[in-house]
Amino acid sequence: MEKSVARIGLKHGSGGRAMRQLIEDVFLRLASPVDGIGLAALDDGAALRVGDRWLVITTDSHVVHPVFFPGGDIGRLSVSGTVNDLAMMGATEPLGLTCAVVLEDGFPRGDLERIVASMRETAQEAGAPIVTGDTKVMGKGEVDGIVMNTTGVALTDRVVTDAGLRAGDQLIVTGTIGDHGMAIMSRRHDLRLEGDLRSDVAPLNGLVRAALRAGGEDVVAMKDPTRGGVAGVLHEMAAKGKVGIVVDDAAVPVRDEVRAAGEMIGIDPLLVANEGKAVIAVRARSVEKVLAALRAHPLGARAAIFATAVAERPGAVILDTGFGRRLLAEPEGELLPRIC
Amino acid sequence: MCLGVPGKVLAIDGLAATVDFFGVKKELRLDIVDEPVSVGDYVLNHVGFAIRRIPPDEVQETLALFDQILDVTGAKADLMAEDVRGEIAAAKDKG
Amino acid sequence: MATKDLFAELKFRDPARARVLADALRRNVDALGRPVSIMHVCGSHEQAIARFGLRAVLPPALQLIMGPGCPVCVTDGPEVDEAVALARSGARVCTYGDMLRLPGTRLSLADAKGDGGKVEVVYSVAQAVELAEQHPEDEVVFFGSGFETTAVATAAVILQGVPKNFSVLSVHKWVPAAMQVVADSKETRIEGYLAAGHAAAITGWAIFEPFAARTGSPVAVAGFEPLDILAALVKLTELMREGKAEVFNAYPRVVSREGNLPAQKALWKVFEPRTGVWRGIAAVKDGNLDLRDEWAAIDARKRFRIDTAPVRDDDAAAEAQGCICGSIMLGLAVPTDCALYGKACLPESPVGSCMVSSEGQCRIWHTYGGVPDLRKVG
Repeated sequence: MEKSVARIGLKHGSGGRAMRQLIEDVFLRLASPVDGIGLAALDDGAALRVGDRWLVITTDSHVVHPVFFPGGDIGRLSVSGTVNDLAMMGATEPLGLTCAVVLEDGFPRGDLERIVASMRETAQEAGAPIVTGDTKVMGKGEVDGIVMNTTGVALTDRVVTDAGLRAGDQLIVTGTIGDHGMAIMSRRHDLRLEGDLRSDVAPLNGLVRAALRAGGEDVVAMKDPTRGGVAGVLHEMAAKGKVGIVVDDAAVPVRDEVRAAGEMIGIDPLLVANEGKAVIAVRARSVEKVLAALRAHPLGARAAIFATAVAERPGAVILDTGFGRRLLAEPEGELLPRIC
Repeated sequence: MCLGVPGKVLAIDGLAATVDFFGVKKELRLDIVDEPVSVGDYVLNHVGFAIRRIPPDEVQETLALFDQILDVTGAKADLMAEDVRGEIAAAKDKG
Repeated sequence: MATKDLFAELKFRDPARARVLADALRRNVDALGRPVSIMHVCGSHEQAIARFGLRAVLPPALQLIMGPGCPVCVTDGPEVDEAVALARSGARVCTYGDMLRLPGTRLSLADAKGDGGKVEVVYSVAQAVELAEQHPEDEVVFFGSGFETTAVATAAVILQGVPKNFSVLSVHKWVPAAMQVVADSKETRIEGYLAAGHAAAITGWAIFEPFAARTGSPVAVAGFEPLDILAALVKLTELMREGKAEVFNAYPRVVSREGNLPAQKALWKVFEPRTGVWRGIAAVKDGNLDLRDEWAAIDARKRFRIDTAPVRDDDAAAEAQGCICGSIMLGLAVPTDCALYGKACLPESPVGSCMVSSEGQCRIWHTYGGVPDLRKVG
């Protein structure tokens, strides 16, 4: 497999294979047995038994740049990201969120206030109170602008993991893919692209609640395709469920602008981050019901069934392009735009 | 990845054109395009330069070419059958 | 015509038409009654083939082989050394992204950047000119890589006039030379060629006629959508059945017989073809596009006395490690033949140039799942 490296590189943070390897090789040493789902499961969060319910905990750090981007900002991203990780475990009613901030000396106060206002708005949208926090300031150049960490806790009766996929299950994506990553990419690099490329960042707990109400125990796995994109999520679900997955390329919802931008900079929307979407695996008999419930919700209008779990080639993710089938590779490291 | 998405010229300012690719806009240079370009034309981009003004009938011309290729090889009848099958299937979806 | 209609994405990617074209292709190959090898010389063609899984619909008797169609991959070590040396001597070197991590004989521009060199990735040569305007205190050198499709852009900005502190280090390459290299190779069994559609947009398709006559092999100029490629293959195999060494333009919406005359004029005003060494392939007649003498003032090789001795390592060779990029680029081997592919040689830790560049066959195969034809996977 891959040789272990002496230094951590950027690729170790991009949600792909290298990051997974690092977590498995290094961070898993922290794991210890818990009554519930702990570190070793490498799921979106942890679930600890408390009485006859589960306490779900998740934590995320946010280092997105630019801090303000079309469609959102780091504040909305932090709150949504944590609310969504809780929701992916089946916990759609957050009890509270924390907010720890590390600021660079010189960070504009006006920007900070804008970010906090955005957090407030997003927290209200999600019904998730922000209950405690921490503030640190580092010297100029010691941290890049602002780094935020949010932790969320919630109680739930049933935990949905990302390991429940079985052959025959169908996979739904709750809307168009690639919006966030493509918006960030087109702004960050000197690609000179202008367009309505906006992030989809949004809290999904309401949407997920609707799906769970419709599908119940037939909703067998959920994951939000952030770094590493839909491709990354499918690889994890396939590996953990020990099944293959076949994706119908034509069924994947993609906005025209995102598709065009992807063609122009040579990056596949399936590999790119989403911050307001979920991949939901459902037993075939309930998939239409869950789909209908998602489509009835404003955030799920473009939900679509796009993939199927199969028994053949466990762990492999295959893309049916309409012409032929090929393997959909696991995302590697940093995605770099190409000239065209 | 240069599949060559054709873009539509929205505005021209000397040698610079604002070109729209499906809602994504980019500035292209017109220094080396093969024919004079007007607003509304479609052009092919390569590294920020328009390298071809795509004739307006290109879609029809290309499809005619594909059909001609199929005709010669006797496959056109198969294609027409496919089209009909496709239409029937589409009608079923809507129904 | 509405935007959607014109792009007609669905039509050029229509699976139904593709199936019919694939059947026609199968009939032609069956009629030929033997294994058939067709070569293309374009990284973008390989990307399209891999991305859409087209090898899985080709008849098994047809081998579609990639030749030296990756201009970054064939850029030789000493050429990169020149750019690295310039960066280390304080010039602001602007490069297309793919070239950043290509090693010279020892170091890449990425290494030079890591050591504090002013190396900038640009997405257009015009951006490099802008950087020269923004940094009048620097010598700004544009490291011009790519085939003629890209070289015309370099020519255009030069003809427009560039700032005093701007110069060009040209490693541009010429596609027809690539095809000739393969045709001349004694081991070749290639019977037909797919010509790169966007290079042909510049050169026109008539330049392939002498090539077809000389080699006795038909040439089809192809676009990059799945139907473009399939239709060109159908036509090519038809010409092979009829024993006709002709050129067929299957990409009329972009390619004409004479090509883009203003672009050609600009190209030959600025550049001339010279024999050069291609990485892994040795000398290629007329393979390199160098700046003409009259542009000496902005030719980095003449403007600066580039000393590559501090960055060069004449003994280092990727081949020593087991890299077979040279054979892969000539179409004599495929990535899965290489012991390093997917193991020691990965996109994040490439050994050979075919894995460095986004147009290199090894990188493309690895990106699109590692195997070209899923039917061959257990």
